[in-house]
Formats: sequence, C-alpha cells, structure tokens
Amino acid sequence: MTSLKQRLIPYWLLGPGLLWLVFFFVVPMYFMGELALYSGSLRSGFEFTWAFENFPNALSGHEEQILRSFFYAGTATLLALLIGYPLAYAIAFRAGRYKTLLLFAVIAPFFTTYLIRTIAWKTILSDDSPIVSVLQTLSLTPGDGRVLATSGAVIAGLTYNFLPFMILPLYASLERLDVRLIEAAKDLYSSSRTAFLKVTVPLTMPGIVAGVLLTFIPAFGDYINAELLGGTGQSMIGNVIQSLYLNQRDYPEAAALSFLMMALILTIVLVYIRFAGTEAFMGDEDDAETAK
Amino acid sequence: MSVPARVWAWLRHKALPIYAGLAVAYMLIPIVVVAVFSLGDTPKDKLTFTLDDGFTLEYWESMFSIPELNEALFTSIKLAALATLIATAIGTAMAIALVRHRFHGRRVANLLIVIPMATPEVVIGASLLSMFIYASFALGFTTLVIAHVMFCISFVVVVVRSRLIGFNRNLEEAAADLGATPFQTFRLVTLPLILPGVIAAAMLAFALSIDDFVISNFNSGTTVTFPLYVYGVSLRGIPVQVNALATLLFLVAAVAAALVLWQQRRAEKMAAVRPEPIAIPGTTAAQ
Repeated sequence: MTSLKQRLIPYWLLGPGLLWLVFFFVVPMYFMGELALYSGSLRSGFEFTWAFENFPNALSGHEEQILRSFFYAGTATLLALLIGYPLAYAIAFRAGRYKTLLLFAVIAPFFTTYLIRTIAWKTILSDDSPIVSVLQTLSLTPGDGRVLATSGAVIAGLTYNFLPFMILPLYASLERLDVRLIEAAKDLYSSSRTAFLKVTVPLTMPGIVAGVLLTFIPAFGDYINAELLGGTGQSMIGNVIQSLYLNQRDYPEAAALSFLMMALILTIVLVYIRFAGTEAFMGDEDDAETAK
Repeated sequence: MSVPARVWAWLRHKALPIYAGLAVAYMLIPIVVVAVFSLGDTPKDKLTFTLDDGFTLEYWESMFSIPELNEALFTSIKLAALATLIATAIGTAMAIALVRHRFHGRRVANLLIVIPMATPEVVIGASLLSMFIYASFALGFTTLVIAHVMFCISFVVVVVRSRLIGFNRNLEEAAADLGATPFQTFRLVTLPLILPGVIAAAMLAFALSIDDFVISNFNSGTTVTFPLYVYGVSLRGIPVQVNALATLLFLVAAVAAALVLWQQRRAEKMAAVRPEPIAIPGTTAAQ
C-alpha cells in the first residue's frame, strides 16, 4: 500500500512542466481563439464582438495561399518519402560500419541554422550558379531560365529542410523490422519486389505515417522557404499569418486564420494518435502503460 | 554477357548505394556551400555564385568585427543557455514521472507533451503573441525565454524518457537496500546513469533554441537573436562573417554530438561487460 505522499510524487515531478505547457501553450491557444472573435482595426481599437464572420472572411481572402500550402507541403512530403525511404533502407540494412556516419550526415543539417541553410539554397539556386546552368541545359527550367522565385525552388527548399524528420522515423521502423520475415517471404518464392511491397512496406507503415506527418505539418505552416526562395506568386498560408500579425497588424483576421490552421493540424494529429498512439512522437513504446 | 548488360547489372546491384549517396550529398550541399563561401574573397552584397576572386581567411579573422552580430550572438547564447537549463530540469522530472510512475492523467500528460511537437511553429508563435497582446505584456528577452522553454520541454522529455526505458532498476534497489534515502539514490545512482540522456536532451534543447527563428520572430519585440539578425541582413545580402560563424557553429555542434555519441557507446560497452544481476532469494521484490 502506497502512502498518499508517495502517490503525489508523480504530480510533483510533472507539475512545473505541465504548468508551463498549460500556461504557455494551451492558454495562448484560448487567447488566439478569443482574439479571432474581435472586430475593429489597429487605429480604431479592437473590441470583442463575437465576430464569427472573421473565420469565413479569413478563408475567403486566401484560398490561393491555402491551396498552395497543401500542394507545396504535399509535394515536398512525397518527395521526402521518395528520397528518404531508400536512404533509410540503405542505412538500416546495407551501411555496415558506416551506419553511424550516415546517420550523422542525416542530422548534420540541424547543426547549421535553418535560416542559413535556406539562404545557402538561395545562393545555390541563384541565376549564375552551376546547378542552374545544368538544369537549363537539361531544359528543366521554366521559360525565362530562372529557378529562384518559382514553385520548384520553394518545394525543393521545403523538401530539403524537413527531410530529416522523414528519414528518422523511417529508419527507426526499418531498424526494428525482423529481416527473417523478408527471408521467409523469399523462401516462399516471392520476388524481391513482392517481398518489399507485401512485407517490408506494410511492416514499416507506422514509420511511413509518422514521417509523413512530421514532414507535412511543419512544411504546411512554413513561411521561410516561400519568403526566401519564392517570389510574390509563391506565398503560403504561413506568410499570410506572419504578415497579418507583424506587418498589417490585423490581429482578428490573423488569429482566425492561425486558429483554423491549428484546428486542422490538431484534428489530423488526434486522429492519428487515436489509431497509433503517441509512439511516433515519443520514440518508444509507453513503458508504464504496457506494464499494466 | 554483353557490355551494356554488364553495366546494367552493375547499376542494378549498386542502385541503392548510389541513390543513398546522392541523397546524403543533397543533405550536405548547403553546409559545404556555406563553408566554401566563408572562404571566398568576394563581398556578398548581392546574390551571386562566383568564387572568381580566390580564397581568403579574412572573414574568419574578422568573424567578431560586426558589433550587431556579436550582440545578437551573445543574446542567442544567453537565451539558449537559460532556456536549456529550465527546460532540461523540468523536462527530466516529467520524463521520470512518466516512465516510473503510474497515476491518473498520464494520457492527458502524454498528449500535452506530444501536441506542441506536432504544432506548426507559426501557430505557436502567433498564439503566444495573442496572449502577450491580450495581457499587454512587453515583448523582449523574457517573452523569448518563456517561448523557448515551452517548445524545448517536449523534446527533452522524449530524449530523457528513451534513456529511462530499459534502465536496470536493480542498481537503485541495491542502493535502497544498503540504506540510501530516495534522494541519495537519485543523486548517486539514477542521475549518473541517465546523465548521458540528460546531456543529449540539453544539447538538443540548446540547438533548437539557438536555431529558432519563427517563434522568436513573433515574440522578440526589439530583442535581436542570431537568426533574427541573419534574417534582417539577408534582405540586403548577408555579410561573409555570418558564413564563417555558421561554419564554426556547425563544427562545434558536430564535435559535441560526436563526443556524446562516443561517450554513450563507451558506456554501453562497459555496461555489456558487467555481469548479469543475480536474483537472491529473500530480498525485497520490485514494488
């Protein structure tokens, strides 16, 4: 029989952190929701008026940026999966003693500031760069021969910046895969392709879904890549929120828009957690929970 | 076998390593570009990809000659150190509670830790700004600390938690059997054993904090951190010193990460040598 004092220990340990998260994550979301129901302008002053029309208004002005965010983030996620899966597979099964070194290369971008990496891409994709001239020779550039300020540049930047978030969960699930199952499939006369599609892919599905979420969500909200690598025609929903908050200071509309984004992401994440648990984000199985 | 067929067979055999090599190259390109351009003898006032003027160490020597840059870097280091200290302390406590204790509300606690990691930064930044506007709270260093601790906590919990899972509790029980108080057990047995995880978590928190642009952009007021400085000057063309500094920071981070990794490997090897604990009849069982 545990004493009351002992039973309170976990709450004392959790207390400070949970309070911090409640006060500086949950409560701010509430205030953002409330701010979304204000009306007025910076000059005339804002007033709480249950202005629910802010939500449809915020959406209707920005369909283009919203659709673009879905398209850019979706394409970047798909590309990251296509680049990341073979790489994660190679690291998990073929790397031998280079495994640690390769994993190190995967997280190496994190050692350089995000902003500086993106600015480096701006240099790499600038008009006189050798990479751009290769692309021009291959006729892969649009009419004017520029790469910067195109959708392609923004998608490439997003893919690059969020690729590690795809590779790491993929690697984790491939690493845990029991290779004997693939051998068994081959013993039963399945081709390499069938074994891959019917055994490897389904068994690593949790890693794929986790990687897709961890890539899509930050890419969807990002505005740095669109700002630095795109032009005026490439702005995403993140750019709109940033500009409404920090430049135009139209707080109610900005709050409405980011509240809707949060609602969308939260729905996706909660549905995912409902089916797969928190493992993808926490890394390991829930110890005490399974011990019950 | 004909030559094209042999080339094809070789390509098929080597396709995966070649593809993986290209992917790794893709990940490393910008880092190499930043390092090379920190040595290029061309003032980067405009966007260009030329190294025609040869190489120089000038910008490495004058790395700390821009006062605004120094100040921003100093602010970032101070901020990251403070945020890391707070987030690591309270995050480690949370991880211990989650792994070691069963209690009501675990599920909610887990959810509260996971959701911030899955929230786009722009939403975190915007919601905090909404609250600070509502409370008429002056933006500056304090609001930055609040925000940075907030987004670091979850990552600290995840890293420390993974270290605590699969942790041999016999050592703690042995300490308790030998008369150590719970606090002594924690300080002398548990903490040294989870220390590599705590250090890794602290390094991650530091890296996240010093790298953060989006959330800081919303909540900094007039305070300028290193990423905010870079953003400000990027519109005019960044000084080459920034490239040199970024390369230096990369090297420091890479060496630090390699050391932690090496330390962990060594600890694992040493743990593997240790004999398996023997169950002695009559001793108290795990609670």
